[in-house]
Amino acid sequence: MKRADLILPLSKPKIGVQGITGSWRIRKPVINYGKCVGCGICWLYCPDSTIEIENAGSRFRVSIDYTYCKGCGICSSVCPVKAIDMVREV
Amino acid sequence: MPLTIRDLPREKYVLPGHAACPGCPETIGLRFVGMALGRRAILVVPAGCTSIIQGLMPGSGLAFPIINVAFASADAVASGVAAAKEVIGEDSVVVVWAGDGATADIGFATLSGAAERNENIIHICVDNEAYMNTGIQRSSQTPIGAWTTTTWRGKTEPKKNMPLIMASHGIPYVATASVAYPMDFIEKLRKAASIRGFRYVHLHAPCPIGWRFDPSETIEIARLAIETGIWVLMEVEGGRVTISPPSKPYVDKSRRKPLVEYLRRQGRFREISDELIRELEREIDEYWNLLLKLSS
Repeated sequence: MKRADLILPLSKPKIGVQGITGSWRIRKPVINYGKCVGCGICWLYCPDSTIEIENAGSRFRVSIDYTYCKGCGICSSVCPVKAIDMVREV
Repeated sequence: MPLTIRDLPREKYVLPGHAACPGCPETIGLRFVGMALGRRAILVVPAGCTSIIQGLMPGSGLAFPIINVAFASADAVASGVAAAKEVIGEDSVVVVWAGDGATADIGFATLSGAAERNENIIHICVDNEAYMNTGIQRSSQTPIGAWTTTTWRGKTEPKKNMPLIMASHGIPYVATASVAYPMDFIEKLRKAASIRGFRYVHLHAPCPIGWRFDPSETIEIARLAIETGIWVLMEVEGGRVTISPPSKPYVDKSRRKPLVEYLRRQGRFREISDELIRELEREIDEYWNLLLKLSS
């Protein structure tokens, strides 16, 4: 059989496979940069890989991708300095 | 030296916009698998929430190489994959990522078979203590007193002790882990990947939907399970149990938090009777005593 005849049920990695999951959100995590100590614990636990960290000296600069963040609030609950507030979307 | 966040790779193996519920412990666990094993990991996934998390073809929310297989066949398929990779001579780690149903109930025959043959695979059991994907039916990993859609008045039978059952197979490495202790889990996975033969890791994963708590509390509940002593982090090598550092303080019963603190936070234990709470406490004490005997 020619290779082209094979139809394999293969999936390829894709960002946003379930659509814009940010629309599921009812509470939005907002980082209070005045309080944030840049420890990166929120990045470690985020189940949706929507928190990004960049090295900034001995700390991290943290940001949230609101397109796909589902608003579960884990980042807010694990934050050791309570620097992430959950704000109602509507 | 202990691992720090700076040491962990940032490559994403769980992609944003996957299909898991908010606060899902399985995707947290999968991220740690990615951090621990990276590109070496090949996942074999039987039916379960992880089949859904990947989303619909032709896209996949997970960036691992994955084979989705029938419920009971995961460890048999993984044995074949591991054998083929060995023939090719490729450096890879074959990981079975199975739920508690595909480990302790439906998939147990092939799991036990692969363990007995000492196949070169890692089996990770993601234990959310019921069949969450099909709508919260009881499994053999559901604890005493927990509500599910098939145990309306609370389950009356105790949880099957999978880590010690697997240790009884005489396999080289058995460990328990929790999503609340990522460094412990990652170190155990890396250690497991360096050992040859069948390795079993049992990951405790509180499910907000099935356990009836707010999605933001996933990590807190997982941590409480360790602090109350209902879940113990340990390793078994050569028949000898080693209690892992996060669980060490709780060897001393007086340092454990009261069990009701763990139960009260979860809606599934809302109607648990005092009698069942006492039975659960007694079961925990017996389990600790057994572990301490095996570790001496």
